[in-house]
Amino acid sequence: MKALFKYLLAPLVALLSACGGNPWNNPYPAADAGKNILYSAFAERPKHLDPVQSYSSNEILLTAQIYEPPLQYHYLKRPYTLIPATTTKMPVAQYFDKNGTQLPDDVDAVQIAYTIYEISIRPGIRYQPHPAFAKNEQGQFLYHDLTAKDLAEIYKLSDFSRTGTRELTAEDYVFEIKRLAHPRLHSPIFGLMSDYIIGLKEYSATLKAAAGAQAGQQGKDGYLDLNSYPLEGAQVVDAHTYRIKIQGKYPQFMYWLAMPFFAPIPWEAERFYTQPGLAEKNITLDWYPVGTGPYMLTENDPNRVMILEKNPNFHGETYPSEGMPEDEQAGLLADAGKPLPFIDRVVFSRDKESIPRWNKFLQGYYDASGIGSDSFDQAVQLTGQGEATVTEAMKAQGIRLETAVATSTYYMGFNMLDPVVGGLSESARKLRQAISIAVDYEEYVSIFANGRGIPAQGPIAPGITGHRDGREGVNSVVYDWLHERPQRKPIAAARALLAEAGYPNGMDAKTGTPLVLYFDVTSRGADDKSSLDWMRKQFQKLNIQLVVRSTDYNRFQDKIRKGNAQIFEWGWNADYPDPENFLFLLNGAERKVDNDGQNAANYDNPEYNRLFEQMKNMEDSPKRQQIIDRMVEILRHDAPWLWGYHPKDYGLYHAWYGNVKSNKLSHNNIKYFRIDGSLREQKRREWNEPVLWPAVLGLLALVASLVPAIIAYRRREQGTGTRQASSVAQEAGAGNA
Amino acid sequence: MLNYIIRRILYAIPILIGVNLITFTLFFVVNTPDDMARMQLGIKRVTPEAIEKWKHERGYDKPLMFNDSEEGAAKFTRTIFFEKSAAMFAFDFGRADDGRDIAHEIKTRMLPSLAIALPVFLLGLVAYITFALVMAFFRATYVDFWGVVLCVALMSISSLFYIIGGQFLISKLWHLVPISGYGSGLDAGKFLVLPVIIGVISGAGASTRWYRTIFLEEMSKDYVRTARAKGLPESIVLFRHVLRNAMIPILTGAVVVIPLLFLGSLIAESFFGIPGLGSYTIDAINSQDFAVVRAMVFLGSLLYIIGLILTDISYTLVDPRIRLE
Repeated sequence: MKALFKYLLAPLVALLSACGGNPWNNPYPAADAGKNILYSAFAERPKHLDPVQSYSSNEILLTAQIYEPPLQYHYLKRPYTLIPATTTKMPVAQYFDKNGTQLPDDVDAVQIAYTIYEISIRPGIRYQPHPAFAKNEQGQFLYHDLTAKDLAEIYKLSDFSRTGTRELTAEDYVFEIKRLAHPRLHSPIFGLMSDYIIGLKEYSATLKAAAGAQAGQQGKDGYLDLNSYPLEGAQVVDAHTYRIKIQGKYPQFMYWLAMPFFAPIPWEAERFYTQPGLAEKNITLDWYPVGTGPYMLTENDPNRVMILEKNPNFHGETYPSEGMPEDEQAGLLADAGKPLPFIDRVVFSRDKESIPRWNKFLQGYYDASGIGSDSFDQAVQLTGQGEATVTEAMKAQGIRLETAVATSTYYMGFNMLDPVVGGLSESARKLRQAISIAVDYEEYVSIFANGRGIPAQGPIAPGITGHRDGREGVNSVVYDWLHERPQRKPIAAARALLAEAGYPNGMDAKTGTPLVLYFDVTSRGADDKSSLDWMRKQFQKLNIQLVVRSTDYNRFQDKIRKGNAQIFEWGWNADYPDPENFLFLLNGAERKVDNDGQNAANYDNPEYNRLFEQMKNMEDSPKRQQIIDRMVEILRHDAPWLWGYHPKDYGLYHAWYGNVKSNKLSHNNIKYFRIDGSLREQKRREWNEPVLWPAVLGLLALVASLVPAIIAYRRREQGTGTRQASSVAQEAGAGNA
Repeated sequence: MLNYIIRRILYAIPILIGVNLITFTLFFVVNTPDDMARMQLGIKRVTPEAIEKWKHERGYDKPLMFNDSEEGAAKFTRTIFFEKSAAMFAFDFGRADDGRDIAHEIKTRMLPSLAIALPVFLLGLVAYITFALVMAFFRATYVDFWGVVLCVALMSISSLFYIIGGQFLISKLWHLVPISGYGSGLDAGKFLVLPVIIGVISGAGASTRWYRTIFLEEMSKDYVRTARAKGLPESIVLFRHVLRNAMIPILTGAVVVIPLLFLGSLIAESFFGIPGLGSYTIDAINSQDFAVVRAMVFLGSLLYIIGLILTDISYTLVDPRIRLE
């Protein structure tokens, strides 16, 4: 027994002592215990970190902490409010006619030839330390003329021994706007912006020609000095001021100024990264951002871990002092006026699968988590009033739930070009209205989204200007207002509409054949069978046969583009909090089939289109709301979509995670968060004490099972020797005989 | 033997071209270059011009296999298939669709894959052969019977179950090792324990039964009876004679997989957060990155061919009667 302890248990005890009490299952270095670090996970590696190219939410999660566009959203105020980020004040739109005469602010949009936004940035803002800025004593750049020999020992950006910085200038913002048209970059908003920023489309052609001309000398990936090519729509006024010139009037442009697409890029960075040999080592601006924001990316291994650390040169920004009335009570104003950011380091670990992610959250190794459908019941319970709250087990761990309605919508669209369900005829309209009543989204949200959603009354998500709550926001085509809440119309109403549409009891009155409709969906697994069966049942209420046409995502998109789908599901996440960003999805000019736009239903109502043109250029006002109300009413009547639902995001946070307020439009929120590292460490140790007895028991069982085997082996060996000796003797005797 | 190896290497060329052709055809039956562009450029606000530009930059704007607009050999060479395949035979894998250098990624990710696959392979080999020998030694006894039952049970369970079950028991309930993750240098050790244990256990059923069959077949041969007749102890019979003569089928199974160890495991790497080549391949398939899929299939085929050649060579080492001609 002593020997057993010596050889088996002693090393375990020694290992335990060596760990110094650090939990054995801690995936992070013991030296980081108790530090002011935020731990988070990412499933999919980001494709682009260049602000001109990145658009996905998993990319913006990183770029928004590093890059600073001129504007940002107020963290606490609702409705979402733009405030300066690097500017001295909010830019004001100045309107001009075609002769260059300035017009008053309330002038009719038709008279406006162009708009100028003059943006002044604060002096003294400096970039993060970066080798692109490093200079020698003579003031020459150290790393702008790298040779193959210089790069021999360089594998990542941190291998450059020297760094430098410089002040942010207006030229850097203009440089980034020019990059939208860069021939070697793919900006997702270039098409949109070239319709607005004056000269951007032509600028693209200029740069393409310039890149072609220099390709022979520097290679096709050489540095293209954008500062040598002026752009009419973006010009530097002085070191801290620049102007953007917009075609006509486009009030939503201010929202774009809060996105990383308009963040500054120093020319030195572009010059540095375009040197030969760096791209081969994956050292590019797309992978190593250079910003002025609160954090900088210090480790970029998108296969494993990405680490943000405090930017030592970050300019002084403080925690907001104003918020909503409930914020005070929630303790969200306790840090008012304190310098940002609070957290020193953010570690994003790659965990592709939801099960390990969820378990690590429960063990305290991730500070926050979403809730998957498989862990929903473990995490959330509903109170008697139908309010979602965490389960007792979560509560015991100090985990809290934060919910917020996303600025998104999931809808079911009708292809308006389809001869059966499409078009603006009375018959087709009534058919769509009947289906809108029959498909019970309250039930859908309850069954398939665990109650995480609000059935939609129209296209505009809650929290966005133009959305109406309560009775005045109810879709009267589908709902009645009863007992102070919307009540879906009875199925009899849907059947009546169906009969009026020419399909009494689901039969085509003209041909006498059953009505068969086709639902195009992307390929789904067995898990989704139930939701498709449910959808069939909804149509069955009207005696309509729904045929599900499942295909892969590529083919599905192709069908939508070509207008070959009949009924389909889609969704939209808002770019900015303006109703235009939802209502344009049904604008005739955005039709998928003719214009390759975002209107997947190919809806085209002249009155709606006219009102859209009128509404999109208006500032928020009662008159604009009136127009929006009318537009939404037209949509409800025409029913080109089943309005579906607006998803509700549920997030779980540990007790040590502070200052969390869900903000669906702003992504630069990490600077406001707080972490109590010592509480986290205490809880981690408490929750993760190693359980050794099963391992010891297993070892003992193994040893115990070996003993009879060894005994049997020895017996057999002895038996075999004796038996074989005697049998050989017998055989020998027989031979002699 | 040198002639044999050269001949085998030359045979590999048409095999690799064939594999490449099949991969290319299968990939482009499912995905068009437009689909690939859309996948990379995102869903929102993608214009036809952006798609054309993306395809042009990456050479996906050419015909797939036959270019009718060209003359002579250019009808075949100015195609996506030729341009993408020719470079690969010079081991120029090019860039992934997200711009990262594939060769660099392969080099970086090979080590984490190997860090799991090599211990699983070596420990597994020792464990499976030992168990198989024990079962063969106690053949036709309850040890053999229950051993086979256990092996069948182990074989019948999905590898995903082992992973999830292992993570649940060892990491979640007993808190002995991290559930997932990876570290550099020695720090990687604590992350490798669980995947290695699970890798060894999940492969135990099939391999042990396979080796047991080999040993039993070998033990029924005349030379074993002769050895026993000479009065040799069973341990000498088993380890000196049976094991040595069973090496050829063991080598067939073992040596051929050695080069493939570099490629890692598709499922285990995803679940354990190991940044290896298996995980890389899965990511590429999900993001329709043909450049990476093609490179990984090419590499896999090449390593398999190398494995087969090594197996042939190893025969000559364990069995002097075999000559490669």
